[in-house]
Amino acid sequence: MPTNQVAIVGVGLSDCGRVPDKTATALMAQSARRAVADSGLSKDDVNGLGAHGSLLAPVEVSEYLGLRPTWVDSTNVGGSSWEVMAQHAAAAISSGEIDVALLTYGSTARSDVKRQVRSSAAAMSTGGALQFEAPYGATLIAKYAMAARRHMIEYGTTVDQLAEVAVAAHDWAVMNDNAFEQQRLTLADVASAPTVADPFTTKHVCLRTDGGGAVVLAGERVARNCAKEPVWIIGSASATSHVSMSEWSDFTTSAAAVSGPPAFAKAGVTPSDIDVCQLYDSFTSTVLLTVEDLGFCEKGTGGPFIGSGALRPGGALPTNTDGGGLAACHPGMRGMFLMVEAVRQLRGECGPRQVDDARLACVHAMGGFFSHSATMILGRH
Amino acid sequence: MAPQTRPDRPAPDSDSASWWAALQDGNLMVNMCQACDRASLYARPFCPHCWSEDVELVPATGRARLYTWSVVHQNAAPFADRTPYVVAMVDLSEGPRIMTAIEGCDAKDLTPDMELEAAFRTDDDGFAVPVFRPVLR
Repeated sequence: MPTNQVAIVGVGLSDCGRVPDKTATALMAQSARRAVADSGLSKDDVNGLGAHGSLLAPVEVSEYLGLRPTWVDSTNVGGSSWEVMAQHAAAAISSGEIDVALLTYGSTARSDVKRQVRSSAAAMSTGGALQFEAPYGATLIAKYAMAARRHMIEYGTTVDQLAEVAVAAHDWAVMNDNAFEQQRLTLADVASAPTVADPFTTKHVCLRTDGGGAVVLAGERVARNCAKEPVWIIGSASATSHVSMSEWSDFTTSAAAVSGPPAFAKAGVTPSDIDVCQLYDSFTSTVLLTVEDLGFCEKGTGGPFIGSGALRPGGALPTNTDGGGLAACHPGMRGMFLMVEAVRQLRGECGPRQVDDARLACVHAMGGFFSHSATMILGRH
Repeated sequence: MAPQTRPDRPAPDSDSASWWAALQDGNLMVNMCQACDRASLYARPFCPHCWSEDVELVPATGRARLYTWSVVHQNAAPFADRTPYVVAMVDLSEGPRIMTAIEGCDAKDLTPDMELEAAFRTDDDGFAVPVFRPVLR
């Protein structure tokens, strides 16, 4: 192993689900304390911090935590921000700039809506590139729905095949006490839910929960002395697509097709080597495009692949084993939770939902409206 | 153009003001590059394909094909009054893809790649919104 290898050495989640009595920053701090404790390191070991905030983020979050980091990051590309920050942190660690990086996330998206300090419909800008979409009422859900429809047009993908992503997520969630949803779901349940933007009913759409998470990254020297077995970042890559839907040339292919191959190549593995996946599931169709674009199946065959039950417990590609954003937790930027669950699976900490002998995990996060993609391959050595 | 404050109105800027102004006169324009002869949208003061600054807005034919769409059943105001409505992506014959609404057609009659033509829906505030309708045969 090269000496500049970087590992995730600590993970933690804050209180998740309904957390009306804590601020978003308090959730960042709670998950940060839990992740650092999980690593066996201490607060004083942390010299890099990645976080989002409102005032000079991430300085604001550093201050709240009582940290004075010499390396900070606050990249915001939506839900995949955490995977990008992990890439940046790994580079800073392997170059010797810092020893230990803490990335932390917290959001009270659900409680904010209940408190009416946030609108339930994401208020889109009417300026900049989005001004050209302003007159049409294209909700976030409608944007994803248009992409799903184009896949159905080109490849004959069915709504039930998409719905299977939600059914599989709920099958996992019932094995996770921390998941928001604790009931199984059937294809008929998905089909009979209210239509939001066709072909999507409400069950094709991720949850809106509160929650936070954090990860601690360190180099080989530090990682060897941490409390838990290190989970190594053996490959990672990112790719950018669009913010205007009109600038997306092929609605059936995401930037995962660009970020996936170099991530697998750096890791020296192929999709068939992967034991467990954590794939961003903002919508059922997000997973459809991702499994194709990352090469878990051929382009156009994601529908039958998912329809076979591949994503379910015991399936060919166990995916979103905590229940995912569709059934476990989605406070807005789910990328952090993907890394946390992948690490727990590779450590064998997942109890009833543990995937047997999980040694290699694929994490794939997506930001915006298929705007950005980041792929990570994590492994035990 | 006067500043717009409604959530369903664009906030034009120095890049886009002339494009929106042409629309108010019933003209859908594309940004045509004299250097590489390719059309682009949204309006920018250069060509995003070749970065030439030798561009000008020219009228489009208004002909397009339907790439994909969704029928929106739930949205906040002011869109709530119009549900269900069709949001779509259409490919102009000049090349650029744009977001729009499809009107003058029942959603169940929409078919992939169907031929469309530009129309202009004038709302109660007098703002002309570019929309598309099926080409009548």
